[in-house]
Amino acid sequence: MTASGKVGLKHGAGGRAMRALIEEVFLGLASPVDGIGLSALDDGAAIRVGDRWLVITTDSHVVHPIFFPGGDIGRLAVSGTVNDLAMMGATEPLALTCAVILEEGFPRDDLVRVRDSMLEASREAGAPIVTGDTKVMGHGEVDGIVLNTAGVALCDRVVTDAGLRVGDRILVTGSVGDHGMAVMVKRHQLGIQGDLRSDVAPINGLVRAALLAGGEDVVAMKDPTRGGLASVLHEMAGKARVGVLLDETAVPVNAEVRAACEVLGIDPLVVANEGKAVIGVRPGAADRVLAALRAHPLGRHAAIVGTAITDRPGQVILDTGLGRRLLAEPDGEPLPRIC
Amino acid sequence: MASPFDELKFRDPERARALTGALQREVDAAGRTLSLMHVCGSHEQAIARFGLRAAFPRSLDVIMGPGCPVCVTDTPEVDEAVALAAQGARVCTYGDMLRLPGNSKSLADAQSDGGNVEVVYSVSQAVDLARQRPAEQVVFFASGFETTAVATAAVLLSGVPENFSVLSAHKYVPAAMDVVSEMKETNIEGFIAAGHAATITGWGIFEPFAARTRTPVVVAGFEPLDVLAAVLELVRLVRAGRHEVVNCYPRCVSKEGNGPALEKLWKVFDVVGGNWRGIARVPRGNLELRPEWDHVNARRRFQIDTAAVGGSSRNVLAEHCICGTIMSGLARPSDCSLFGKECRPDSPVGACMVSSEGSCKIWHVYGGPPDLREVA
Amino acid sequence: MCLGVPGKVLSISDDGMSAQVDFFGVQKELRLDIVDVPVTVGDYVLNHVGFAIRRIPPEEVGETLALFDQILKEAAAGDLMAEDVRGEMAAGKDAGGESGRG
Repeated sequence: MTASGKVGLKHGAGGRAMRALIEEVFLGLASPVDGIGLSALDDGAAIRVGDRWLVITTDSHVVHPIFFPGGDIGRLAVSGTVNDLAMMGATEPLALTCAVILEEGFPRDDLVRVRDSMLEASREAGAPIVTGDTKVMGHGEVDGIVLNTAGVALCDRVVTDAGLRVGDRILVTGSVGDHGMAVMVKRHQLGIQGDLRSDVAPINGLVRAALLAGGEDVVAMKDPTRGGLASVLHEMAGKARVGVLLDETAVPVNAEVRAACEVLGIDPLVVANEGKAVIGVRPGAADRVLAALRAHPLGRHAAIVGTAITDRPGQVILDTGLGRRLLAEPDGEPLPRIC
Repeated sequence: MASPFDELKFRDPERARALTGALQREVDAAGRTLSLMHVCGSHEQAIARFGLRAAFPRSLDVIMGPGCPVCVTDTPEVDEAVALAAQGARVCTYGDMLRLPGNSKSLADAQSDGGNVEVVYSVSQAVDLARQRPAEQVVFFASGFETTAVATAAVLLSGVPENFSVLSAHKYVPAAMDVVSEMKETNIEGFIAAGHAATITGWGIFEPFAARTRTPVVVAGFEPLDVLAAVLELVRLVRAGRHEVVNCYPRCVSKEGNGPALEKLWKVFDVVGGNWRGIARVPRGNLELRPEWDHVNARRRFQIDTAAVGGSSRNVLAEHCICGTIMSGLARPSDCSLFGKECRPDSPVGACMVSSEGSCKIWHVYGGPPDLREVA
Repeated sequence: MCLGVPGKVLSISDDGMSAQVDFFGVQKELRLDIVDVPVTVGDYVLNHVGFAIRRIPPEEVGETLALFDQILKEAAAGDLMAEDVRGEMAAGKDAGGESGRG
């Protein structure tokens, strides 16, 4: 908590502070379930229903600006939830819900534009939106629009984020840093021009391809949203009690994202993504999962970027190509650096 | 995914290997531990980011001195900024300063408490903000060394709106080297001067220092090859007993420096004495606005009520903080009893843990002096 | 002192006070108030907090690599000299202590 005992912005930024808040406050809500529940702190929950699993997830979206290059809050809301289901191994969503809280004065045209985006994403994912809720708050009582989506799906096998074993290979499905840099540059009016575009997209089809190719050899999955690739690798390493060795030169980064990161002093490895997955695979299956990803339109730049190792369990070692160091767990929203 | 960076990004792994190989031979031949010091957070960042310490010879100690301008910004200065936010001004700050604690609060805390605090990437952004909000007082909390102060100076000289003012916490880099060299306890045999400050000031200003202290100085850039080549050159100078200044960053640094920038700097700022956090009084360490600029000096425009800031919570832990000793290169972050326990990046006690260029933060983030040679 | 990033000038404003600079993937407008010499399109400049603080003469890029190679060569030559000296000293020792020291 901050010096004044209040919640700070860092508690929502996806890093250590947010994890601490969840552990200290929200884990108190957990109760035993037949399956994977709150205490697993995974992308979603999985409850046994007969011989299958019911996977449920929920997300609230408060991104600003609500329209950004490559997408908007509507597309983000649908993709985020579809992707969380997919990260648990549930790539055929049954249904999504959508609850919206609007600020008085929100333009109706913008609302229609957001609705259209949600519809498009929902169709791409094959995930119908079946129910929702609408609230309006007074001017200044909420910032524009807040969207919450929940999703449910059935699947036969749940993939957690905790399944890595020493020797497993770690894949990323495409370039990192796209979403966070696009939004950051727009939000902070940093005066940088370039083709920075969010990668926001539902990737359940891509993940399905990986699961078809790898089957039970796909042992861990997580999407690198807030906190980026670094955050996911820390989670996977921590939960499985393995170290991770990451080859920085193998991580795909678009030229525009790399340039923007250099100019602003930000590490692309800690920047959010909304259309990518990090997948842990048994070594024998890595090549064929990679091939399956690359054959899919959303996975053309997939790459094997790391390995689970015995050394330094819970930590991530970065090989920079010129030397080695530890990769920190991100803490709070990355800020442009000057000095 | 190859990026078209190669021309100005000196990161070729093969040359890097050649340089580290030569460095190993030089340090071995010296037959003792060599301690060198740099005074620039960006150098520490470059070394840490590329994992260069894992490539340095074990008997080479490249120590960071007081080269983090955020880290040496004293608590009363932060309190002034926090107070102004509490008093209703819109305080603009560079990102790195946001979380630096004052006596009890940082600007991030002030923001959580409802104050108007904006992170900007450039001082011109703050001026634009002032133009967009003529009814508000916009205060730019000006941090950074002289490389950054020239931007503040340029902006003031080109005219700012009436509702804009500057709270200067700028620092002067040469003082960092003076401070360390005057400490009897140090055994620094060579200095690496900050390449971008030298772009402004020129490398000539280090000649009297090198002669007086009888230590060699190299000016280094920030790409990995820049750092490796400069360190190698410095080790050679130390071994040869040559107390010279060698410019290893000629593409950006000249002997006289950037004349137009210096002219603007000294039109607006003067070097004054002040307290550097953890190091106490530094005679020529701060840059304050000259009297002609009182009309845009936030300290003259406002009655800044620092007493009203943050109430009574005196940070007891601060008494155990040894940032000053660490910044002087006399102790390591891991020597501090608070390091990694009460003092962590998400709950910093000392300034060195706040700034992305503070040695404690960097050490914590990179797990100590990363000695990752033996990794399976 | 910190975070100076190099880029290439794409265009210069009519009043000469700012330039559009390419950082190899993104572009940014930089102010030219404090650059050391006048810049033209195609020049490299060093950016710090939105201001160009130095025009990097294009020939300096090649010269920088030459500088690194020079430092490497001198280090190697130093090693060779040391080798020679060590060789001579070893030869002197082998010849035995017949130089008159008691």
